[in-house]
Amino acid sequence: MADGIRDKVAILGMGCTRFGERWDCSAEDLMVEAFVECLADAGIEKKEIQAAYLGTHFDEVNVGKAALPLAVTLKLPFLPVTRVENYCATATEAFRAASYAVAAGAYDIVLALGVEKLKDTGYGGLPGGGGRGVKAFMEMANMTAPGMFAQLATAYSAKWGLSMTKIKDAITHVSMKSHANGAMNPRAHLRTVVTEEQCKKAPMIAYPLGLFDCCGVSDGSAAAIVTTPEIARSLKPNQSIVKVKALQIACSSGEEEMYTDWDGAHFATTRLAASKAYAEAAVGNPRQEIGMMEVHDCFSITEMVTMEDLHISPKGGAYEDIMSGFYDLNGQVPCQIDGGLKCFGHPIGASGLRMIYAMYEQLLDRVPEERKVRNPRLGLTHNLGGYPWRNVAAISIVGRD
Amino acid sequence: MVGIVSHSGYVPRYRLDRRKIYTAMGWMDPSTAANARGEKAVANFDEDSVTMAVAAGLDCLQGAERSKIDGVYLASTTLPYKERLNAGILTVALGLRDHVRSADFGGGLKAGTTALLAALESVQAGGAQGLIVCAADCRMGRPASAEEMIFGDAAAAFVVGSEEVIAEYKGSYSITYDFGDHYRGEYSKFDRKWDDRWIRDLGYEQFLPMVVQGLLDKYGLKMADFAKVIYDCHYTAARKKLNKMLGIAPEGEQGNYQAEIGQSGAAQSLVMLSGALETAKPGDKLLVVSFGSGCDALYFEVTDQIGKKGACCGISGCLAKRAELDPYEKYLVWRDILPANLGMRSEEDLWTRWSAQWRNRREVLGLWGSRCTKCSTPQFPTQRVCANPACGAVDQNEDYLFSDKRGSIMSYTGDMLAASYNPPAIYGAVAFEGGGKHYFDFTDCALEEVETGKQVALSFRRKYFDARRGISGYFWKAVPVKEVK
Repeated sequence: MADGIRDKVAILGMGCTRFGERWDCSAEDLMVEAFVECLADAGIEKKEIQAAYLGTHFDEVNVGKAALPLAVTLKLPFLPVTRVENYCATATEAFRAASYAVAAGAYDIVLALGVEKLKDTGYGGLPGGGGRGVKAFMEMANMTAPGMFAQLATAYSAKWGLSMTKIKDAITHVSMKSHANGAMNPRAHLRTVVTEEQCKKAPMIAYPLGLFDCCGVSDGSAAAIVTTPEIARSLKPNQSIVKVKALQIACSSGEEEMYTDWDGAHFATTRLAASKAYAEAAVGNPRQEIGMMEVHDCFSITEMVTMEDLHISPKGGAYEDIMSGFYDLNGQVPCQIDGGLKCFGHPIGASGLRMIYAMYEQLLDRVPEERKVRNPRLGLTHNLGGYPWRNVAAISIVGRD
Repeated sequence: MVGIVSHSGYVPRYRLDRRKIYTAMGWMDPSTAANARGEKAVANFDEDSVTMAVAAGLDCLQGAERSKIDGVYLASTTLPYKERLNAGILTVALGLRDHVRSADFGGGLKAGTTALLAALESVQAGGAQGLIVCAADCRMGRPASAEEMIFGDAAAAFVVGSEEVIAEYKGSYSITYDFGDHYRGEYSKFDRKWDDRWIRDLGYEQFLPMVVQGLLDKYGLKMADFAKVIYDCHYTAARKKLNKMLGIAPEGEQGNYQAEIGQSGAAQSLVMLSGALETAKPGDKLLVVSFGSGCDALYFEVTDQIGKKGACCGISGCLAKRAELDPYEKYLVWRDILPANLGMRSEEDLWTRWSAQWRNRREVLGLWGSRCTKCSTPQFPTQRVCANPACGAVDQNEDYLFSDKRGSIMSYTGDMLAASYNPPAIYGAVAFEGGGKHYFDFTDCALEEVETGKQVALSFRRKYFDARRGISGYFWKAVPVKEVK
């Protein structure tokens, strides 16, 4: 009987580039930057890596298809390298594949690296061509990412009777908090503190989301080297070990998209993945036990709704928690502690690993005092790839030994 | 008895005040002031002659048995395809059978009445039980021309048959002249015309009396027999003169909608006919005369079936659903006269895959989905495996038409990032009455008019235009339903 991933895999090292508009860097440069830090942190040599997983999403404007960009860039010596892609969950998928490879006993030391070079598109926001192949422009509405997620707001308002004004108040708080956190982080893409007035008066992108409700579209890369807890302890006898407590993915089944029961105001996938992850990590009361979070705040409304779907805020109760500062850096469950997608940035194929990196540096007490989470017990990361009615939710929970 | 079984018309929602055109362009030709009265109907950026024909056709088919339609005729001088049967697109969009005859009628502006005659006589000859005839036009006058003001966009549709006829077809008379009053060559986007005085004095004032006299003589009638005379002529002074020449009493003249719609090309006389039928009474004799490369005169007698059909939207319904098009430059951008910057997102290559279009033609052009025969759940697009989580039956589907279903808005947004000819791009989730859901673009509305729970109807629209290959691609959009008081 399968019993999950809990405590079977340890993170030996991690690396993460500065995210942002890295005009002077190619995807290859970013991969090398993340890998060099990761390898040094792991304290091993390249030849000790036995397998690797590359996560990238927009192959058209990025590195192209297949795993070869990683193998060739890093000169991995004929290793088994696999490219994984699952929308915004891509990097967590690379991490999951690497972790499963270790847990299965197939390999001892495995690399997961995510990279995305998004700033060669020539315009703001993400490129089109997400899904559905040749049928996309035949029958999909003329949608962009902000417009797909903005609909959570109108549906949430209809579902819970919360006025659009109050929703705007809450999502403004969400963005202000992430900007405050990101401003302190030298690797974050957006490093300015913003005011309520700035947020509310910003140009409308997709009603009711203004400019500050949308995350940064960035270049960046992040990497992890995973191994067994035994090997990690033997290689690093004098430091804490960060172990994987849970890795869960849930994909839409078409039910939200085509069956009319779904209210459009929540993520069915996130709810399921969260419940499974808590069971895997033996978390009974997430509101009490999760110490910090990095969630998929592609848009501020996504974060608001996700607080309920992760079973932290009561259903329909995210507004009160957000406004009371529950998710602020000094709140009970600090969220987006490194600035989130909002300010740290969102290079699609790297984001999941960047979130784990944020947990990792807190758990190993490597952050300056001002950014510290008071009691970083278990850390939860969450990606949501796709759109509200058709998506991939990925959750990881990591903890210190 | 052969004749018209049902009728309808379509006028796009947006109306451009002609004084706005004059304000913008009158400096180039002050004489256009003479036409700067009233408003012209303007097709939305996602409408063309095919979509307007579909709109009129669907309204006309309400309550009709689609299986009894054996043919589809489409008349227009502004069809999007020279090769690819436009009436074929219309056939799928109207939810009709594949095994029908269909044809495009074009060339001259009398194509509308010629198509109607062809349909009527086909039924008369016993070649078909019923046909649907749609006429639509979207002609463009060059900015600062009188035609820019005079022309308007509209469509009309008629189901003809031999049962439950509301207006019996009694006869016709036609003349054909190679008269170069207005013309467009193979690559012309805009109308060109010859001298107005020549068109009026030689064209309207000679051809119309000639064809009318031909019909009167052929059937032994006199003008006083007709309750309504419907004829195409946009010149106000010439109409007055013609009324006198032909002996049309003031109450016998059917208005030409010049102040509300404009001259709608091949649809003009049929739009007027549909308008006349809205108020016609049993026993009324109607004379319809088209104009353009000659004339067709058609003679109908209204039966006691008129008024027995449920009300459709029709010309008067559409006229009531108006919204002002403002500013004038929006019109220029919608018609691609002014090359505005839509951003780089608009430049993505839309490679129409014709084999995929063929496979999905009923889904894309007809909005056909499926209904699970096990759990009765409608779903779009068609699913081999039922989307109902409690069912999941495999290959237990039947065809299910969504285009005639109403829906309600579950979620929506107005998107400023998406490339659009009319930002914000409004779209959202539509839950259909009876089940099924899809995310549609919304059109013919402002963001302020959209709210969750509001009812929508589906409308066939141009989804994209691939300028590189000259491809118009079509799909359906949601239109919030207006209360017409």
